[in-house]
Amino acid sequence: MPMKRDYSLVGPENAAAVSKGLANAQWYRCAVPRKQMKELMQRSDAAAIRDTILWVLLFILFAAGATYFWGTWICVPFFIGYGVLYGSSSDSRWHECGHGTAFKTRWLNDLVYKVACFMIMRDPEVWRWSHTRHHTDTIIVGRDPEIAVQRPPSLWKVALYFFGWPTAYVALKKLVIHSAGRLLPDEATWVPESEWPKVYRDARIFLAIHIAAVVAAIAFHSWLPVMFVGPLPLMYGAWLGVYFGLTQHIGLAEDVLDHRLCARTVYMNPIFRFLYLNMNYHVEHHMFPMVPYHALPKLHQAIKADTPTPCASTIEAYFGEILPALWRQRNDPGYTIRRPLPSSATPYAATSGPAVAVPAE
Amino acid sequence: MADNWVDACAADAVDEEDVMGFSHGGQNYAIYRSPEDKFYATDGLCTHEQVELADGLVMGDIIECPMHNGRFNYKTGEAKGAPVCVNLKTYPTKVESGRVLINLG
Ligand code: FES
Repeated sequence: MPMKRDYSLVGPENAAAVSKGLANAQWYRCAVPRKQMKELMQRSDAAAIRDTILWVLLFILFAAGATYFWGTWICVPFFIGYGVLYGSSSDSRWHECGHGTAFKTRWLNDLVYKVACFMIMRDPEVWRWSHTRHHTDTIIVGRDPEIAVQRPPSLWKVALYFFGWPTAYVALKKLVIHSAGRLLPDEATWVPESEWPKVYRDARIFLAIHIAAVVAAIAFHSWLPVMFVGPLPLMYGAWLGVYFGLTQHIGLAEDVLDHRLCARTVYMNPIFRFLYLNMNYHVEHHMFPMVPYHALPKLHQAIKADTPTPCASTIEAYFGEILPALWRQRNDPGYTIRRPLPSSATPYAATSGPAVAVPAE
Repeated sequence: MADNWVDACAADAVDEEDVMGFSHGGQNYAIYRSPEDKFYATDGLCTHEQVELADGLVMGDIIECPMHNGRFNYKTGEAKGAPVCVNLKTYPTKVESGRVLINLG
């Protein structure tokens, strides 16, 4: 039986990561001149407003079609479209607005952030702080609360993610716990106590909306309210977001201080990039989280000579790296993909262990 | 506050609506030039996880931290919300003969 590491944030791996200097550490960063970085970091409402208007219009279109054809097979493609928007594209809106980089106007970020959090059933405060830790200690075992697949991987569990079941079940459980005025022990380690009342408040509001959708379904003798709002659309629509999300880190190194070793950039088509808000440029995003999603393709061009060659497509990422790595890690959890760097790049340090790379000047 | 004016940098070394780092006595400071062409100074490290604010983005009165996008008003030091909860220390500044001086007290 392969050795299983303890991924808990309150277990022995946490102290081990701290003692090895992996917590809150200095990470390798590609060199980008300050002037160019300032241009890349510039915020703009235009791109996000355009993309959000399109997003809302698509919601209306798919919801209208699904309602109109309800009771016939023709409603199925409309629900597929609605589900992908609800359960998949909300992930990237949550993510980008959580960073505060999507819009220049703060309240627009906050508004879309809360809406997306509701759809994807994430508590806005808990997840804001969890993601903060994910950026400080990316894929550091015992420190990062967002390691999607733990080693050795359970392929069943990975498969279930595509149906949103574990996600919706765990999210509902947490919603009830938070509504009751409590946090889980690991959440309490990364959410400051001053923010706990906000967690309870948001959970109660979200739970009330979920209950309202169920009450409406009962009152109108119709499934439609719960097909459009709540855990159901998250479950039938999560698959594409999971398909995107698993490309970010799976199979790559744990416990390193170089995003080139623990994150993956994958080229995607424009529809995927609209749904995913360019998060396919994942090495770039982790290295420079200040750069808004609409500038990530430019940032990619700026640092690509110093980063591994991206996967040409999601198909290449899955069949070339992710699936073989998951299969092999079942029996060999230490197996790690080390993506080759172009000859122009600053080499990785000799080992893939901690503190391996030398920060750029 | 006692006077301890320290020469930080040339005024034209900082672009308008930008920030620059400065070290003195083992401490990091950040020097800002506002869009109104005034100079301000704060501690150089973010109060959240001690990251250099000089790598961040200045937008109007705000400095955004490069690590988790925490925001401070660099004129008052006020933390503007999660993930930054502790205010930044600010320092008086003046410009003399094209140099920015900050009063470390
Ligand atoms: S280190 Fe500055 S916001 Fe986290």
